[in-house]
Amino acid sequence: MIKQLSWKVGGQQGEGIDSAGEILSTALNRQGYHLYAYRHFSSRIKGGHSNTKLRMSTDPIGSIADDLDILVAFDQETIDLNAHELIKNGVILADEKFDPTLPEGITAHLLAVPFTKIAEEVGMAQMKNMVAVGASTALLGLPLAAFREVIEGRFLKKGQKVVDKNMEAIERGRDYVKELTIDDLPDFELAVSDGQKRLYMIGNDAIAFGAVAAGARLMAAYPITPSSEIMEYLIRKLPEFGGTVVQTEDELAAITMTIGANYGGVRALTASAGPGLSLMTEAIGLAGMTETPCVIVDTQRGGPSTGLPTKQEQSDVLSMLYSTHGEIPKIVIAPSSAEECFYDTIEAFNMAEKYQCPVIILTDLAVSLGKQTVDPLSYDRVQIDRGKLLPFDADLPQLGDSELFPRYELTEDGISRRTLPGTKNGIHHVTGVEHSETGRPSESAENRINMMDKRLGKLSQDIGYTNPVAVDAPHEEADLLVIGFNSTKGTIAEARERLELDGLKVNQAHVRQLMPFPTDLLAEQMKNAKKVLVVENNATGQLTSLIKMNVGMAEKIEFYGKYDGNPFYPAEITNACKELLVHGNI
Amino acid sequence: MATFKDFRNKVKPNWCPGCGDFSVLAAMQRAFANVGLEPEEVAIVSGIGCSGRISGYVNAYGLHGVHGRALPIAQGLKLANRDLTVVASGGDGDGFAIGMGHTVHAIRRNVDVTYVVMDNQIYGLTKGQTSPRSAQGFQTKSTPQGSIEQAISPLELALSLNAGFVAQSFSSDLKQLTHVIEEGLKHKGFSLINVYSPCVTYNKINTYEWFKQNIVNLDTLEGYDNANRAQAMQTLMEHDGLVTGILYQNKERPPYEAMIKGFKEEGLAKQDLNISEEQFDRLMAEFA
Ligand SMILES: Cc1ncc(C[n+]2csc(CCOP(=O)(O)OP(=O)(O)O)c2C)c(N)n1
Ligand code: SF4
Ligand SMILES: [Mg+2]
Repeated sequence: MIKQLSWKVGGQQGEGIDSAGEILSTALNRQGYHLYAYRHFSSRIKGGHSNTKLRMSTDPIGSIADDLDILVAFDQETIDLNAHELIKNGVILADEKFDPTLPEGITAHLLAVPFTKIAEEVGMAQMKNMVAVGASTALLGLPLAAFREVIEGRFLKKGQKVVDKNMEAIERGRDYVKELTIDDLPDFELAVSDGQKRLYMIGNDAIAFGAVAAGARLMAAYPITPSSEIMEYLIRKLPEFGGTVVQTEDELAAITMTIGANYGGVRALTASAGPGLSLMTEAIGLAGMTETPCVIVDTQRGGPSTGLPTKQEQSDVLSMLYSTHGEIPKIVIAPSSAEECFYDTIEAFNMAEKYQCPVIILTDLAVSLGKQTVDPLSYDRVQIDRGKLLPFDADLPQLGDSELFPRYELTEDGISRRTLPGTKNGIHHVTGVEHSETGRPSESAENRINMMDKRLGKLSQDIGYTNPVAVDAPHEEADLLVIGFNSTKGTIAEARERLELDGLKVNQAHVRQLMPFPTDLLAEQMKNAKKVLVVENNATGQLTSLIKMNVGMAEKIEFYGKYDGNPFYPAEITNACKELLVHGNI
Repeated sequence: MATFKDFRNKVKPNWCPGCGDFSVLAAMQRAFANVGLEPEEVAIVSGIGCSGRISGYVNAYGLHGVHGRALPIAQGLKLANRDLTVVASGGDGDGFAIGMGHTVHAIRRNVDVTYVVMDNQIYGLTKGQTSPRSAQGFQTKSTPQGSIEQAISPLELALSLNAGFVAQSFSSDLKQLTHVIEEGLKHKGFSLINVYSPCVTYNKINTYEWFKQNIVNLDTLEGYDNANRAQAMQTLMEHDGLVTGILYQNKERPPYEAMIKGFKEEGLAKQDLNISEEQFDRLMAEFA
């Protein structure tokens, strides 16, 4: 019995790889295993190698695995491209149909299973992926019953017969492999899980669900990978809550429509990736200047330009913080898991209204599309705070002739009361031009200083956001502090576990609030470490620069980057840390 | 009941004396009062340009945004609060150059927004460059040899997109201008109102006098039927676009808001943000 295992299914895009992974993982989730899945896909619809790597465990996990125990291959390319990841004596389950061969130098069990033939016998060649799921089950030792409910959920609407056929395909795949006699087969049987009910979701779904829970009722967006799932979820769900999604003509319209809607008093959002965010920058400045709340999601992917549109990268950090011209108050937060995506989205809407400014939720492709186990979400943690927004029926003093409501009144905390269009005696002007307390254009130097100070003074390092820096620092004096953001949290944590086994003292600080920069919290952690390693999926060390600029201590900071389009593996981070600690550099 | 005076504020427009935009402002204020609106029921979203300043000169809610984006802001606002009367406004550069993409899609989408363009065939605010409405050969700072590009015809474009309400007017004809805006406000769906609003400082060709000599009031055309799109198109072509009045109206086309499934009459902004625990659990169960 083993506690964790890594499984991968690969083939040509459109061949049913995704649903094989979906069915196996949903069954595992319902059995109470912890999961983490990462899809490798290309910017095309049909064809092109694609795979899903799924890690399953009896304990919580937050990263893909370094290696692979079982590879399910629908073509030779899958074997050629992925067999090197296999552990010694790992298993390849390949369709007999393409006469699979083992690449040179790989010691693995190549089991040719008649996926297609069995599927055809059962009734449909497409069900070869179900045969493959069954074949995997034989190795994992999962009960067939674990699949029935999942298959029913998926196929019952097509009739009982379809359910039965799929179950038969799974069963025959399982039986085929069970009957094989294989020497030196490693133990792949999964230990019994705790059987707890948990969720299994991608970050984008968590953001979209979070938006619904937070009361968002309008989304304006333009499709782009890897953000489209947010829009797709809301297209399905918002009508039930009276809301809607507008697919706009471009991201300029997406962001300005979002701003218009927020100005009108609805919680509205937009989501995109780097190219779309580049188009939105001018308007984000308008939101900052007019103190209009709005929530924008940037799902980072490989840049620049079209870059690597379906690949992992974390290279939008500096542009999200600084791309708008002029100086505005802006909040940038970076959730590191699907669970955080949910709760952070709710906080994002609250902070946008509390501070009356744009809030950017920055994810990366691995957070947005990586599918992972999430503990049941808490209804009680959904709290809506609209800050100094006045209700439509607010009893406001009668405005005199040409008098306006002081929408931008100078206050102690810089935040002014906000009336919505439609409110009696709340009329004021809103403009991106520098303006007075009632919103009238003003070029006076005194007013300019007052208003700049007001807007910029609304935010401080402590904006009340949960865990601006997620710290796991068991050592008062650490050899090393590893800093990252977004999806690398679990990978870094896993690397640390290994380093600890080697007797190294390694602390971790994961940055969740990028703007305002949590300088003090980071400084506190950095002081206690001899060295600091900043791990980033980019080439130039953007967070590293921010830390050096804000915190200082440049002499002990090292940057470890990866920009080949893939997420980090735990072993890479482990090795980088060791290099740094042993040789003083990497 | 509010009168047009209630839509005035004491802000002195920074337009040049004689600028056509003054009349557009006056006509808008009259039209709001004439259709029975109160100041707080109106929001004007304007672009950037001399004309874009208009939202600051009306006693109503107003948002002066970024260049070319008045329309998406206005549509977002209308979707947020259906009870509001939303007007978008700006210059010919704002709507037909930098914002042209939004103009086309606002027509397609048909959210109930009244769009008033102050068309002076030039960029006023940036001191006299060519606009997509400048005629070929038109000399400006940016086209010293005369523009070699062809002017755009926004009304023909709108008709080709099957816009629900297409009208044109002229700053000198306050009565017609007011009437056209009133009808635009009453129209359910997107309405495009292009107003010849002369720039007295930078456009020495398309002057008040020039328009008076060249434009044709549709009322004077016998048998003109503004429910007939083909006739509207033909009339525009015959007169090189220089006609005023309501060119075309399709009262049957429902606005975008009315076609959204489950979209409530009561504005989104007035609804409760909270979802029930039962709804929450149901949404969560989909991920189990
Ligand atoms: C993104 C951007 N580009 C350029 C400008 C400069 N600009 C301001 S108004 C304007 C053109 C104004 O022309 P029009 O829209 O016809 O308005 P008018 O001044 O004629 O009323 C330009 C180019 C700007 N404000 N923003
Ligand atoms: S420059 Fe032209 S458009 Fe601008 S205010 Fe003066 S007359 Fe009007
Ligand atoms: Mg102009």
